[in-house]
Amino acid sequence: MSSIVRPYGDTTGDGMVQLSFTLPVAHDKRAEGAAAQLAAKMGLDNAMVVHSKAIGTRHTFFVVYGAARHLVNLDEVEVVERDYPLLSPKEVNEVVKERLGRKLCVVGACIGTDAHTVGIDAILNIKGVAGEKGLECYRELRVVNLGAQVAVPDLVNRAIDEEADAVLVSQVVTQRDAHLHNTREMAAAFREALPPGRRPLLVVGGPRFDERASAELGVDRVFSRGTTPGDVASYLVHRLVASQKEIPA
Amino acid sequence: MTAKPLLPLDPDLVARARRLAELAGEPVVEMARSHTTVSVERATLRLAGLTGADPEGIPWVNRLVDAVADQTGIEHGVALPVFHALAEGNHPDLERLAHAAAAGGVKFELPTGRAHDSASDLARTAVGGGFDRIDAQRRTRNQMSMFIGDPPQRPWIYLIVATGDIYEDIPQAQSAARAGADIIAVIRSTGQSLLDYVPEGATREGFAGTYATGENFRLMRAALDQTSREVGRYVRLCNYASGLCMPEMAALAGMNRLDMMLNDCMYGILFRDINPIRTFVDQRFSRQIHARAGIIINTGEDNYLTTADAVEAAHTVTVSQLLNEYFAHEAGLPDELLGLGHAFEVNPDLPESFRLELAHALLARQLFPDAPLKWMPPTKHMTGDVFRGNLLDGFFNLAGVMTGQSILLVGMMTEAVVTPWLSDRDIALQNVRYVLGAAGGLAEDFHPPADGFIANRADEVLGEAVDLLERIRDDGLLDAIADGTFGIMKRPADGGRGLEGVAERAEDYFNPAGEVLESDEEAR
Repeated sequence: MSSIVRPYGDTTGDGMVQLSFTLPVAHDKRAEGAAAQLAAKMGLDNAMVVHSKAIGTRHTFFVVYGAARHLVNLDEVEVVERDYPLLSPKEVNEVVKERLGRKLCVVGACIGTDAHTVGIDAILNIKGVAGEKGLECYRELRVVNLGAQVAVPDLVNRAIDEEADAVLVSQVVTQRDAHLHNTREMAAAFREALPPGRRPLLVVGGPRFDERASAELGVDRVFSRGTTPGDVASYLVHRLVASQKEIPA
Repeated sequence: MTAKPLLPLDPDLVARARRLAELAGEPVVEMARSHTTVSVERATLRLAGLTGADPEGIPWVNRLVDAVADQTGIEHGVALPVFHALAEGNHPDLERLAHAAAAGGVKFELPTGRAHDSASDLARTAVGGGFDRIDAQRRTRNQMSMFIGDPPQRPWIYLIVATGDIYEDIPQAQSAARAGADIIAVIRSTGQSLLDYVPEGATREGFAGTYATGENFRLMRAALDQTSREVGRYVRLCNYASGLCMPEMAALAGMNRLDMMLNDCMYGILFRDINPIRTFVDQRFSRQIHARAGIIINTGEDNYLTTADAVEAAHTVTVSQLLNEYFAHEAGLPDELLGLGHAFEVNPDLPESFRLELAHALLARQLFPDAPLKWMPPTKHMTGDVFRGNLLDGFFNLAGVMTGQSILLVGMMTEAVVTPWLSDRDIALQNVRYVLGAAGGLAEDFHPPADGFIANRADEVLGEAVDLLERIRDDGLLDAIADGTFGIMKRPADGGRGLEGVAERAEDYFNPAGEVLESDEEAR
């Protein structure tokens, strides 16, 4: 299997892509020409402007198809692969009980002005997500879900009071990079409040995070779109309770 | 327009649900009647004509109320101390009194005898000016909607703009109106609901939204008046009376002719962690002003479904609608100003999800046949898959048409991806227009069988709502909120933001605006 690929329309190697955009130009022949020119500059061969429509008097919306000239080398793709074994809830409970000898405490919250608890609830609530039950359902985990719009100092204080092993923060609102600012603020607050050995594991998640950004954001782990409670539980056990080789793979 | 009943709901059960909501709400109304807040007092000063802010941007109404609160407290109302100080004659007007008070140069006291009577007369005359403005705006709205005309179709099409810059919002709102929007809502800057003051003046920078200010209201309304004449229908303007400044937002909205305001009885408590007592006191006063101003309130039941499962929590929407209805009626809002909310949030992967949506929407329609119900689009199950999102929005539009919804908030296929682009709005309106054009009259042919899936599901939700209302009546609404009955959030009555701005009214509490609003209610 070649590691060089192109987009696939209906024939291997055809490179076909579809895109849509608006230009601040009145809808006329020139506007369509401008759309084709843009597509060509974006690297599309034989660009076809298949749809153009006026939006008001000064803008035009386009749908364009064309063959991308660019190639992708799969060998050069960088992603964060799961670097911990995936455990079942039963295995998580067993490992915690055996190795930790007490319940593992997780404090979760949406911080800043973010009122969208859908992410943190998917991971923490019994209800869970995608058929997987949330962390509240794990017998050996003690979950404190602080809900929406928790101020960072309140989160830090609560985490200290609860002697949290891990802090889970979810951020859905991303306008003007609010999720990144809030995460950095949270990480800095924990660093300030607690010495390295006593700091809980900091985990942040949300649909628009880059999983590679954990160091830059000052947290231990970033989870992105499609994360399930099982992913998070397995990661927590991996980092907090046992070293990699001790856990059944 | 009264909606025709299509479901065989048990009338006794419906009556029981309403009675339970009343029983649950009554103690809260009593509490609201016996308390005041800094925002109620500031709204009173706004009605009396005090505007402007100090060089740091803190409004003079805040400065003045804070100064009075330090000296006499707010439990007597600020009107008497303020107008007594004004009557003493050392300060030509409220604004200059506020300047002096902020500098610590005014001694406030509660007047007695003749001084009391002249201060209260002065206060009544001053807030009378604010009510005159509100009444004049209401008359203007009535005239404009009569002469220019209302939208030819139902549902009215509700569209959001939110650039952060009022001067950018204006052309966007005007072009949205030209493209078919009947209602323009200007989303507020993130976090404004947690500010304990209303920013002042025209604003050009916001955070994922535009600050709600009196001047921004005025500018946008003037622009939409122009566009209304151009497009031949009165384009309505919507903003938010939620958060810590509900009464002030309501006063500013009334004086600047906004037409709709988001105003939910519990949203601030549950989703903004605002103190429950603060919220209920502010909510009642703000709704009384909306009633005077003829403003349609929009309640926020959609929010329950974004945090809980839309099937399991369907009955919490009904319960909240009934509570919102009770509190609104009590504050003097008639059915035609009651934009009760609900939303299309059932997981689309669930079998028969669309039929469940129809059942829930029809239940709301039938329980509140004269209310301009607000139908809100899917958000929770919108993903980055914009193609599927557009299909889902189409089904949302169809459900709205089939069940006779009154106000339709246009769904964006890019929900959860970006704040709407120009093209997103255009595609979304095209979707709405197609459904309205192709199936606008479908409600006429839609009669779900009395023993069918939809009728049974509506019945089931109503039954669950009655069960929950019984529990709320037994526990008390404040305790139910503290226990996390709504939207899963637990909010105790002694927690949350803004509690420090609440006071129990003293025997001699005086508020000239409150007097007018209470007598409005008695006249009804």
